Parts: sequence; structure tokens; C-alpha cells
Amino acid sequence: MIPRHLLIGIVILLAATLGMSVYVWRIRSRVHRTEVSASNTQPVAPPVTGATERVTLYVAYDDAGVLRPQPVHIQLPSGRQERAAEILRALLTLYLDKSSPHPLAAGSEIRDLYLVDPGLAVIDLNAAFADNHRSGVLVEELTVVSLIQTLTANIAGITRIKILVEGSERDTLAGHADLSNFYDVPALTQAVAQLQNAQ
Amino acid sequence: MRWSNPRPFGTPEFRRQSRRRLVAAGGFVVAILLASALLVYSAPEEKRITIYSNAANYSLPVLERNGDEYVGLLEVFEPLGPVSARTNGPHWKFRYYELESEFVAGKTRARIRNSDYDLPSNFLLENGRGLVPLSCLGTLMPRILGGPVTFNQNSRRLFVGNVAVHFTAQVSKTTPPKLVMNFTAPVNPTIATSPGELRMAFNHEAIVAPGSQALTFDSKIIPSASFQENNGAADVVVAATVPLMASFTNNGRTIIIEPVPQAVAPTQAPPPVPRPPTNAGTPAAASGTTTPGIRHYFAVIDPSHGGDERGASLTDQLAEKDVTLALARRLRQELETRGLATLLLRDSDATLSLDQRASLTNSAHPAIYICLHAASQGKGIRVYTALVPAEVENRGPFLSWDAAQAAFQLTSRSAEVNLVKDLQDKQIPARALIAALRPLNNISTTAIAVEVAPPSDDVTQLNSPAYQQLIASAVAAGVASFHDRLETGR
Repeated sequence: MIPRHLLIGIVILLAATLGMSVYVWRIRSRVHRTEVSASNTQPVAPPVTGATERVTLYVAYDDAGVLRPQPVHIQLPSGRQERAAEILRALLTLYLDKSSPHPLAAGSEIRDLYLVDPGLAVIDLNAAFADNHRSGVLVEELTVVSLIQTLTANIAGITRIKILVEGSERDTLAGHADLSNFYDVPALTQAVAQLQNAQ
Repeated sequence: MRWSNPRPFGTPEFRRQSRRRLVAAGGFVVAILLASALLVYSAPEEKRITIYSNAANYSLPVLERNGDEYVGLLEVFEPLGPVSARTNGPHWKFRYYELESEFVAGKTRARIRNSDYDLPSNFLLENGRGLVPLSCLGTLMPRILGGPVTFNQNSRRLFVGNVAVHFTAQVSKTTPPKLVMNFTAPVNPTIATSPGELRMAFNHEAIVAPGSQALTFDSKIIPSASFQENNGAADVVVAATVPLMASFTNNGRTIIIEPVPQAVAPTQAPPPVPRPPTNAGTPAAASGTTTPGIRHYFAVIDPSHGGDERGASLTDQLAEKDVTLALARRLRQELETRGLATLLLRDSDATLSLDQRASLTNSAHPAIYICLHAASQGKGIRVYTALVPAEVENRGPFLSWDAAQAAFQLTSRSAEVNLVKDLQDKQIPARALIAALRPLNNISTTAIAVEVAPPSDDVTQLNSPAYQQLIASAVAAGVASFHDRLETGR
């Protein structure tokens, strides 16, 4: 004969156990999903269709600490925003190559790019880009200026640029380059000129 | 099956009993959940042993095996000299320099220098890794090293040879009183303050207790201090009735602890000082920092990063925050020998936000702000000025926080160019650049950042005293040569 209070206690414990199991299962699935997305370094952008065009990438070279213009021919879509994103992806492809002059961490990617009138561009980097970026004033500046100069040299009308990471504002790229403020493109002209001059 | 004591449903007695049982069962479940949470969150702190020697100071994990504490023998000796180990069945041969020792898994008897040695517990072999009982290190290590070793087993701190750092502490009779601590070697503790005490954690220094672990002083403001050591680290806790701050002098051999100065009513209204737009407050009393008083500083040096914020990992062991602090101390010394009063924003491993650094600098009204960085990429020196937006929203005397530097850009650029030319004249590779590097744009005076890269491919050169001295001396000479223009632009 089982006392009634004991039965009630067991039922409550079983219910609590069941509830906790469901909760743990949901957390586990969520962690799994996060890990998969973090480790997935495959490109997610759809294949580009459009005419092949000549664009100028501003490529960072770590050995000399400079930025050099490099003309390339890539297929570009017709939309302005899509073109801008595609140009930056071409720059990243170059940086992610084995023989990159300015290596970025594996999995670095431009998540999104928005052109907001009048003259604002928002570049959204993924977490792998910023979290695993090398730390240093010059190495971070080369990355940021390379992205901005490549964008503004090929897409007309951009006067300000904001860089986000995973859709959120972040203080710095990897401890140095400021991401908390907007980049003023006219003010950047002299910085770009200095970075193009090797010492 | 039937109930042991059936009662009719719906009666008040039945409802009362049901409620009581429900409450009891609920309490039981809550207790189980609380106990589980406690088990999860009260994971014990990892046990560690710290070994201090002339070759290196290092910390190793301590393992629990069969109720005893063990440590890997190879890891213990690795930083002290060339070591190797070879496993042959249960036999484990260990070699340090030319000296061979042999241990047998599951046995206490070992052979060291061709004589028997008995371990207090069995030797363990795990995947080729030889583990010895922690308690034997005090007798085992002298046999292998051939020199004296002091082992404090309770605090798990082991001193190889005569490496102990001693200190004295005394409170001055000045008003307000100062606790002056003199160490026999430079120290760099992590400093934390809480109401009624200032705690200095010595994680890497071989400091040992003075005569007594508890020190009392003839002062109502700083009545006592105590020395504590535990789990491979030593702490000095200073008790006080007022908030304290610490500053370092004598190249890190002296720590002066004194009450945080109260605000002094100025005799003349100072120009408006830009403050961060948030409610960060004035961090002048931040621990480990020197508070700008009424003294006029020519230069403020900001060793970037610090505390939890390590900056770049230059090597596995070398963090940017440590290089910048060492460089900053040398630069201060060089500037002060040239008669230029200099304030260091942090003189210990303290955490300061970028807004705090800018606020402290702007409050000190120096002629120049020099922020120091270190990097493993490239060679030589890179000097930066701020990237300030083209359109600035300063209104009258009120400067925009993000563009406070705008009015000083010309002198900052002149100082940058002058310094770069001076460095190049001394055959040091140097370059002038502009960067979006906070807090440069928040500084309302001439402001530059200096990023020091190694002279060759060897990144460890960044930590070389000779290289640091060369850079500090060259930067100080460059800044001093621009002194007159900086003072007039103040």
C-alpha cells in the first residue's frame, strides 16, 4: 500500500524531471545549432548572375603595411546594394586565399550590406571576422580602410560608413580600430593616402 | 490497490490534508532543485602550485589522485632546463640536463643520482606522463637540481634558490598618511579596492611574508595590513577607513598607498573639460591609477589596455598590456630626467575604460597625451593622430565628446611629424599615420599614439629592456624637442 502523499510527491517529481528533460533537450538543440552555424565556413550567398565588370579592390599588404589598388574583373548583379556586397565579397575572397597578403580568419564573411540614403553604408561582419581578427592598430586599420576604400571607390555617393558585427554595434574590431563611431569618408582621404605610401 | 486511510473527497479535512501534502511535495522539489543548482555553481577552484625561480615564475595545475595531490614532474622541471622522459612498460626514465632518474608506476621507490629515494605515495603513469605526489617536491627537487628549494605546501608556493622578494611597510607621519611599501625587486600586482580595504594580488612575484603576517600601524586612517598566501598566490590586504589609491615609483620597487584626494576648490575656473556622454562618472579614483592633482603635467602617458583587457597576444606569454606598461614607465623616467612633469594613467595592471582614460587626461590639462601600443606586425615605430569627422558639432566652448580632438589636430599632426622625423634621424624606422583609435578623438590637447613593433622578426624583442630603453629615450627626445611649441599650444 503506497501512502497518498508519497504518490503525490512522486508524481510531482516525475513531472519536474520531465519538464527539466524537455528544457535541457531544447538548450542542447540550441547549442548544436549555434555550433553548426559557427563552424560552417561555406559561402551562403547565391551565385551571382550579371555582366563581368572591372572594379578596383584596395588590397592591404601586411609586409609593407600599405594599401594598393588592384583591378579585377568580376560578375556583378544589377542592384546597387547587391553590387556593393559582391565587391566586398571579392575582396574577402582574396584575403581568405592561402597566399593572402593580409590574411583574415577562416570563416570571415560580410553578413549583409545596406545602402541607406543619403550616403550611408552599413557593413555587417560576421562574428568569425571580428572575433578571430589579428590585434594591432595597423593591422586592424588596414582591414577597415581596405573595406571602406574598396566600397567607396566603386560605389558612388557613399559619405558615411558604419561597421557592425553580427548586426550589433561593437567598440573595436580586435581591440584597436574604433567601430563605435561612423566613418566619415571625406575625413578618411588623408588616412588612405598615407596608407598607400610605403616607407 | 486502495488508499491506506481513505477519507471522503470534498470534506474540509480532506482539502486541508491535500494542501499540506502539496506544500510538502513542492518544498521537496524546490529543495532538490536548489541542491542541484548549488552543486553546479559551487565547483571548487582549480588547485595550482606556483614555482618561482631565476629562470621563470610559473604556475601548474595540481591533480587529485587517490585522495592525494599530484603534479606532473616533466612540467615542473621543463622551464628550469632541458628535460626529457622515456616510458618503458611501468618504468619511466626522466632526464634533467645529464642527470637521469627512474620511477616505476605504482611504486614508491625511485632511483635518483644512483641512490634510492622513497616517495610518500605511489608514482603514477598516465599516458606517458609521470605524476609525483606534491608533498615530495620539497625533498625531491633539491636532489635533482642539486640546490636548495623552499616549499610552502599549505599555500602551494615553491621557491627555487634565493629568489624570494622581501618587503617592508611603514606609514608616514604626513597628513594624510601614506603607506610606503619597499620591495627588494620590481613588482606588478593586480590591485582591487573595496570599501575598507585595498587588495594587491601578487600572482607572479615571489614575495614572502615580513616578520609577521599581520602588520599594524600607528594610524587611524591606515590601521593595518595583512599578508595572505593561498593556492599559489600571495595577497597583501591593506585595511583603511577611507578609500585608498596606489601608485608605483622606483621602477616598481616602491608602492605608495594613500587616501584618494578629495576635490580641491580651484582658484580659477578651468576651461570646460569634455566628458563622455554616458554616466561613466569621473574615474579619477580608479585603483592603481594616479589621480591628477593640482600639479601641472607636461605629458600624460597612457599605457593602453590593462587588467582584464590584455590587448594583443604578442606571444603565448607576452601580452600587449605588459609591454605598454614597461615602456610607459621608461618613457616617464626619460621625460622626467629632461625636467618634464609626466603623469602615467595606470602604473599597475589596472583596468581603465577608454572614457576614463580620456576624462583623466582632459582633467590633467597636459601639453601632450601619448598613448602607447605594441604590435607583433611590421618593424619599428608607427605614430598615429586621430581620425576626426570632417564636420564637427562643437558648440562654442563646449566640445563634442567624439570630436574633442578637432581643435588640436594641427598641433597633433605637427608633433607626430616632428617625432617621426626625429626617430628617423636616429635610424629607427618610423611612420606617420592617421587612425580611428580611441580615445585619441576624445582628448582636448595635442594627442598622439605610438605603436611599437619589434626591431626584427623576433617578437620577444618587444620585451627586451635594451629595445624598450632605446624607444623610450628616442620618443622622449622627440617630444622634448617640440616642448616649446606644445607649451604655447596648451
